[in-house]
This record gives sequence, structure tokens and C-alpha cells, in this order.
Amino acid sequence: MVRCLEAEGTDTIFGYPGAAICPFYDALYDSPIRHVLVRSEQNAAHMASGWARMAGRPGVCVATSGPGAANLITGIATAYMDSIPLVAITGQVDRELLGRDVFQETDITGACQSFTKHSYLVTRAADLPRVFREAFVLAATGRPGPVLIDVPQDVQEELCPDFTYPEQVEILGYKPTVQGHPVQIKKAVEAIAGAQRPILCCGGGVLLANAREALQRFAAQSGIPVVATMMGIGAMANTALPGENEPVYLGMIGRYGRSYANRALGEADLVVFCGARLGDRAITMPDRIAEQATVIHIDVDPAEIGKNLRTDIPIVGDIRWVLEALTRQVSPRDLTPWRRQVLEYKTRSVPAGTDRTDAVEPRSFLRALSRMMDADAVLCADPGQSQLWAAIHYTQREGRFLTSGGLGTMGYAVPAALGAKLAAPRRQVVAVCGDGAFQMSLCELATVRACNVPLKILLFDNRRLGLVREFQNQQYRGRHIATHMEGNPDFVALCRAYGLRAELAGNNREAERLAGEMLASPGPFVLVCRVDPDTPTV
Amino acid sequence: MKYTLSVLVENRPGVLARVVSLFARRGYNIDALTVGASETPGIARMTLSGEGDNYILEQMEKQLNKIVPVIKVRSLGPEAMRSELMLLKLNCDPPSFGQIHQIATLMDAQVVQVTRSSVTLRFAGSPEQCDTLFELTRPFGVKEVARSGVLAVD
Repeated sequence: MVRCLEAEGTDTIFGYPGAAICPFYDALYDSPIRHVLVRSEQNAAHMASGWARMAGRPGVCVATSGPGAANLITGIATAYMDSIPLVAITGQVDRELLGRDVFQETDITGACQSFTKHSYLVTRAADLPRVFREAFVLAATGRPGPVLIDVPQDVQEELCPDFTYPEQVEILGYKPTVQGHPVQIKKAVEAIAGAQRPILCCGGGVLLANAREALQRFAAQSGIPVVATMMGIGAMANTALPGENEPVYLGMIGRYGRSYANRALGEADLVVFCGARLGDRAITMPDRIAEQATVIHIDVDPAEIGKNLRTDIPIVGDIRWVLEALTRQVSPRDLTPWRRQVLEYKTRSVPAGTDRTDAVEPRSFLRALSRMMDADAVLCADPGQSQLWAAIHYTQREGRFLTSGGLGTMGYAVPAALGAKLAAPRRQVVAVCGDGAFQMSLCELATVRACNVPLKILLFDNRRLGLVREFQNQQYRGRHIATHMEGNPDFVALCRAYGLRAELAGNNREAERLAGEMLASPGPFVLVCRVDPDTPTV
Repeated sequence: MKYTLSVLVENRPGVLARVVSLFARRGYNIDALTVGASETPGIARMTLSGEGDNYILEQMEKQLNKIVPVIKVRSLGPEAMRSELMLLKLNCDPPSFGQIHQIATLMDAQVVQVTRSSVTLRFAGSPEQCDTLFELTRPFGVKEVARSGVLAVD
């Protein structure tokens, strides 16, 4: 198993041992592979996810049988919803004990069936090289996703005398489409040529397909204004006033998105969806779009096309391939009136939130922070208000925005940021958390300490579950229940106890000053910002 | 709308569970499912039938194709050959045996077992014919029915 990982070129894995995975760990002793010992298995999957998103290849996480494997589940489901390539390895009880409910046995392949791309329960050591190669191919190609390999302890102990790692594998039922159908591409080109108010909506698939440049070239060539789903943030640089030959980017759409981006999408007569699965948070009124606009949907997964929205021109294929083909065929058009119109929507909008002296106003602070950070910095955000503030108010240039968009898993940010930092050590990586989500992966501060990488954590502490509380205001007549985080610790003292530098900011001025120190400091740094619980999300 | 899907799968442990859990979690209706050998060794054929509109049918095909051990999915039209096997165990005393035998002969069902108080018929035919035989014999008192689910070839 270790040699399989080495053959895949894996240099870092995230895990937590236990009896049933001990043979693997023993073999790891002699391997150059770096093992990051997490504090809870769920975070091993999140770290592998952050790592995979920056490395552009499958992240690997390891856990033991039973509770170890069960703890991985949320991390695997999180990766599945966002199509992140993961290979999860779990120990299992001995073959002859399978199905007898022995100590630390769980049917983990069964439990994960609906949120793994594929899974294996390996019953012979001789199958391991093929299984590992298949798992890495499945995880990384087509629509990426997590693959689980469950290996009984006695299979791990079995010797595999002639180890050869296959370069290629033949999986009968797996042939992802790369090249878009030329007829469909031609239809799309014609539809685009006839549209007066086209919009391109990019999702996470653009980044997964490594199609950032291809998208930007297509947007520049075609002149089509671009909006993004939350997972598509980072695919376009957010330029305030683009030149005539530069792409127009309007930011995030959806329930918590930019009103002008939603407005432009609502007024479009043609929408090109690109690697977006049109979830309910992003596309709040699919029927209206379907009614008013010609819909072109490009996705590598045919099952996403037509699932949530009627599609006129489906194009199945690798997004980069399709966008490059479209760029070659689309003739530049003068879309100036439409571009001017949507840019006017954008420039007319007034940014929400202004600096405060009695608390940190997170929205204006995030805008200030984006001016302080490197152009290619990586921002990891935890679900809740922090995620939405960061998605909207942090200005992306050449950076990445890593978050759990599909499942909305609290506690994702810190472990994912650590994984991202290990994969891209030269880039600035900042995790943005609320006090609720932060406490869900609090234990990983020890892992941050142990790795001793300059990871930066921004903690917005309003002592509330802000987004749920706001929802209670809107939907349940302000009857707040279970959203007040009573008993929160002194986060600065706690982080310091973990050996991390930590500071408290009580207003925007302090926050900006401390953020400067944070970004300049050579080690990990937690900046705790006191936030007013009544700060709105939008 | 009735659908019949013919699905070729790699004959490996867990493949049936994957298909069934897909239908369960996505809420697709399914009336019958059969699994057995296909013309190729190592590859099994599943036949699924039930109700679903065009949207659901398209989703089913696409989602089934995403299951890695699923090799090919085909939706069968009304012209496809469909057949089902039914075993029908009826309450039967000697006076009514003649009537049951008559129905069996008429429908081309075989009498495969006779006891003092029961008779068992074996019948192969379309699902509708199975329904007809069932209705015809119901007045005698049905003790037990087992139906295989639809098998189909294009």
C-alpha cells in the first residue's frame, strides 16, 4: 500500500492510526512519505481536500476501522459534494471476522456508498496495486471525487511477492468524455453569436478542470460578462473597471450573492453554465432562467446537465477542452451596451458595512484585508456568515477561495487551510472562521503547531451561530434558540496555550494593524476579531 | 409511464447494493428488479422496471452510468420482448381441480405440484398475462404467489 502511494508520487498523507491500520503504518515507517497526524479523522479528510485543491491531484487520508472510518464520513461527504479528488484508506477487521460485528468493525464501504465516487473492499493483497491505480484514476479524472479503499488488517499483512504497479488500468464502465461534441459546440457558437445579453456562469468545475486561463481567454475573446457560483470564486480576477478587451466579472450569484450579479443573470437572454451544478443556493429561480434565456450547459458529468435546469444546448466534456474549442470558434462581438449596463449595476452598488470603533465590522475589514494580502493568496472559509462575508467582500485577484460549498461543513476551514498550506507552502493561506465552526476543528490547532507552518487564522467571534440566528430572526420571529454559544473560551488564551501567537482586535483599526502583523509574522497566527452579533450577512 | 431498463454490470460484490441504494436515495420508483448472467462471462444483466416520466428516466440512465461497475444502460421500448415467471400456489380440493386445470390449459400454464389441498402452477408470460392468470385463479384462494420480475431482451 505504501509502495502504491509512492508510485503515485504522493508525498504527504493525513491520518490517524489504530490497530486495524497498524500494518500500513509500520510500512510507512520506512517511507519518505510525510504523515501528518491529525487530532480527529474528519479533519484528515478536510486536510487532504485542501491539499488536493492546491496540488491538483488526489489528496490521501488514512484512518483505522470502526470509529476511525466512521469519523471520516463527514469529510468524505464534504469532498463528494464539491467534487474534490480524495483517496481515503481505511483499515478493516480481518477477513474471516467481517460481518460478525467484532471490535471496531463498521461497514464503511456500505456507509459511504452514496457519497463516494467508488469504493473497494480489498480481499487479496495481490489486488492492491490495481485497486490503488484505479482509485487514483477514478478520483482525479472525469468529474473528480473521493474513492474509498477499505483493507482488512490481515490483507495488509499479506505479502505481495511480485509487486508491479500498473501504469494504466482498464475500467470497463468508466469512460469520461473529454472532447465536446463538435455539433453541440457549433450550436453553442451560433447561439452565442445571436445573443444580445449573454452571461457566463462559472462553477467549481472550472477550477477542477484547471481551466482558469481558458475561461479568462474565452471571456476576453467573446466579451461575455461572467458571474460565479460560490465554488467558482477565484476562476476570474475581480477587476473593478475592466478595459474594453478585458473580461467583465460581476462576482457571486445566488441567495447570498451580489444583487447586481443576480440582476445580470436574470436579464440575460443566453446563459452559459460552465462546471456548475446549479444547486438551489446558487440558482434560486431556475424556471425563470429557463423561460427567459437560452441555456448552454458545459459539464464533464452528463448527469448534471438537465438535472436542475432545462438545458437547450448540453455540452458534455472537459471544461478546458470545450472552452478552448469555443474560444477558437467564437467571433468577437461588440457587446458594449450590455457590458456597460451590467458594469453600471456593479459600480452603482454601495459596499455594505463601514469600519467601526466598538467592534470589528467583518465586511469592511475583509475588503481591507484583500488589499493587504498577496494577489495569489488562498482564503479558506468556514460555513456560516464568515463564508458569505469572505465570498462577497474579499476581492479575489489571482488567489483561491477554498470552502465547503456543497455540504457546508462547519470546521472545514482550518484543516483545509493547513492542507492547502502544505501543498503550496509559498502562498499566503488564511482560514476565516466563526466561533461556532472554529470549535468544530479546534483540536487541529495542535496539528498546526506540530507542522509549524505560517498558517493564519482569522476568527470572527460574535459568540453566536450567526447565520442560523439571522435565519431565526427572519423566519421564526426572532425566537433565538440554541444559537448563543454560551461557555465559549477565551480564544486568545486558548490559542496561546497551543503555542500559537494570538491577538485580539476590538475594532477595525486594531484588526487592520494586527492583520499586518499577522501576515508579516513567520509562524502561525490567530487573529480573534470581536464581532457584533447583529452584523447582517448581506 | 412504464419503463424497462436493461443494465449490464460487472459481476462483482456490491454492485447490486449500489444500484438499489441509488434508486432508494434518489426516490426512483421501481416495481421489479432481476439479476442474472448475460451472454458474456463476468458480466451480469440487471433488468429494472417501474414507473417514471421522461425526466426521471433520463436521470436514472445518467445516474446509473455514473456507477463505476455499470457498463451499459439501455432503455427498452414497447417492442422489446418482456417475460416474467410466476409460481402460483392455490387452495384446491378435488372438485375444483378440473376448473383450475382448464384455466391452466387455456393460459398455457403448467401444473408443477399437486397435494391433497393445493395445486401449484408455473407460468411464463408478459406481466399483464401473469396478472390475468392471477385474477382468473383468485376465486379458488391463492395461498402464495412468487413472481420473478420482468426479464427483457431488445
